[in-house]
Amino acid sequence: MISLAGRDILHSWGKFVFTGIGLGLLIGVTLVMAGVYRGMVDDGRALLDNSGADLWVVQKDTLGPYAESSSLNDDVYRAILAMPGVAHAANVTYLTMQIRKGESDVRAMVVGIAPGKLGATPGWPPYLVAGRQLTRGHYEAVADIATGFKLGDRIAIRRNHYIIVGLTRRMVSSSGDPMVFIPLKDAQAAQFLKDNDAIWQSRRRTEANPNFNRPGVPGLLEAVIASQSTNAFVNAVLVTLKPGHGPDEVAESIRRWKRLTIYTRAQMESILIGKLIATAAKQIAMFLVILAVVSAAIVAFIIYSLTMDKIREIAVLKLIGTRNRTIAAMIMQQALALGLIGFVVGKITASYSAPIFPKYVLLTPMDSVAGFFAVLLICVLASFVAIRMALKVDPAEAIG
Amino acid sequence: MSKKGIRIEALSKRYGEGNTAVFALKDANMLVAPGEVVGLIGPSGSGKSTLLKCLGAVIDPTAGRMTLGDDVIYDNGWKVRDLRALRRDKIGFVFQAPYLIPFLDATDNVALLPMLAGVPNGEARARALELLTALDVQHRAQAMPAQLSGGEQQRVSIARGLVNRPPVILADEPTAPLDSLRAMAVVRILNDMARKLETAIIVVTHDEKIIPTFKRIYHIRDGVTHEEAGEGRGFE
Repeated sequence: MISLAGRDILHSWGKFVFTGIGLGLLIGVTLVMAGVYRGMVDDGRALLDNSGADLWVVQKDTLGPYAESSSLNDDVYRAILAMPGVAHAANVTYLTMQIRKGESDVRAMVVGIAPGKLGATPGWPPYLVAGRQLTRGHYEAVADIATGFKLGDRIAIRRNHYIIVGLTRRMVSSSGDPMVFIPLKDAQAAQFLKDNDAIWQSRRRTEANPNFNRPGVPGLLEAVIASQSTNAFVNAVLVTLKPGHGPDEVAESIRRWKRLTIYTRAQMESILIGKLIATAAKQIAMFLVILAVVSAAIVAFIIYSLTMDKIREIAVLKLIGTRNRTIAAMIMQQALALGLIGFVVGKITASYSAPIFPKYVLLTPMDSVAGFFAVLLICVLASFVAIRMALKVDPAEAIG
Repeated sequence: MSKKGIRIEALSKRYGEGNTAVFALKDANMLVAPGEVVGLIGPSGSGKSTLLKCLGAVIDPTAGRMTLGDDVIYDNGWKVRDLRALRRDKIGFVFQAPYLIPFLDATDNVALLPMLAGVPNGEARARALELLTALDVQHRAQAMPAQLSGGEQQRVSIARGLVNRPPVILADEPTAPLDSLRAMAVVRILNDMARKLETAIIVVTHDEKIIPTFKRIYHIRDGVTHEEAGEGRGFE
């Protein structure tokens, strides 16, 4: 038996291909939307992986440092280093801001990393694609290539200027902003760096406060002003563990004795994915549902129109003895062929357009497989309307 | 007369019930022998189409009896379970417009019927080609319907009606869209094929040009059939 659907498609291939391309663009958008979600999740995981930490020590009762603000004294790490099972502990700061380069600026997450060495100090970018790691205590930066910065570029963070000495890749915040690594002290200063007027006003207020400016206590005012001018806080302490120690065990120990909040890798991942990007994920899920419904409606309409165009032929086919299931199969095969063309076009569109998107779009093979079967399912469901109509066609219509 | 062919006896078709009931056919009778071509003529609304639809097992008669070859197919109810198979295997249709499947070439339009009946593709195509050759359109066998002239399309349509060697062919105004020369050619083909394949052919027509060619004619008026002898002229 010849394939009626195949012959019809070959006969009017232009109509099918152009309709398939239209549908494919819609499917491409759907795949990209799924890729945006996967990219967000992957960004979150990359953030955790790249930090190199086994535990995150943060301000008590906060979900910091990524989902909420967290503030710890910068000497807390010393106490943590002394805890059993802790191999390394390093302060880290995070600050998302606009970084200026010449007349333009780039949104990035500035990460303050503690001095040390790669592999021993958590928080450092684990690999570079060009240049070197930070070696000086001030005014050097390592940037993710997504910032667009190049080696030797001079960038401005607050009032200070930094030279790009290294470039790294896939070092992003949970919201996809590329990272710029600078020395911890610079980052701490940058978090609370004020302009000269603000500093002057602050000092004037302190001088005017009789509690800080006591005639009988010389040096008190200078001490208070000095403490106001420096930032002794960090956002978190990143901890790596010695071999043979489990994260839950060490975390429980720190929690008990230091009265801080500690998250393991699994907990931090659930915070990032379950809380930080949950709303965005729901938003994307809504888009996916809408796009799926729109795709189904379009396929249903197209297949319905194609079937309507063949009402007389269907009546003739029925009159000459064609089984209902042959006619239904013809319509369903056409719907599936349309879905197949659409999926191939959509997949190609998504693959080629994904790198153009400003945020990371991760197209996973499993999503493509799931998308393929979803498209087929949508096409099958969408063809039911046309099949129902075709089966209702009276063969007598062929006679007149 | 042979026992083959088609015979209808007291066939009725009623639409509606009670006071609104309308009889489209009233005790219609007809007998067409194998190899015979008869005309079925009558004014619009006389019941021609209804009779054709009943004969074609497309609508259910209300009462009566129909015999196709040696088989009673209707006797106050269908005696055949699969009407679709009956239409496919025992009844050929030729329509006013050819209604060829636009996405199949001439050969496959004809071969589709045997294929639907389970005949292997190669054999079905060979059978189709044989008929197309007999109808002198073999040179257009690979052409799509849109590439065929009206007369060629109608010949392909006739081949489709004949391909399963049905005992009866129902032709609904087969010459309506054709000029007199082509119309006469179609009637000649129908007569030739009827003789060659021992098929009974019923031609519903209004076409004054071809009515004189029938040897027997059934007139239908208000659902009642009347048989009369035709002129049986040649086809020139």
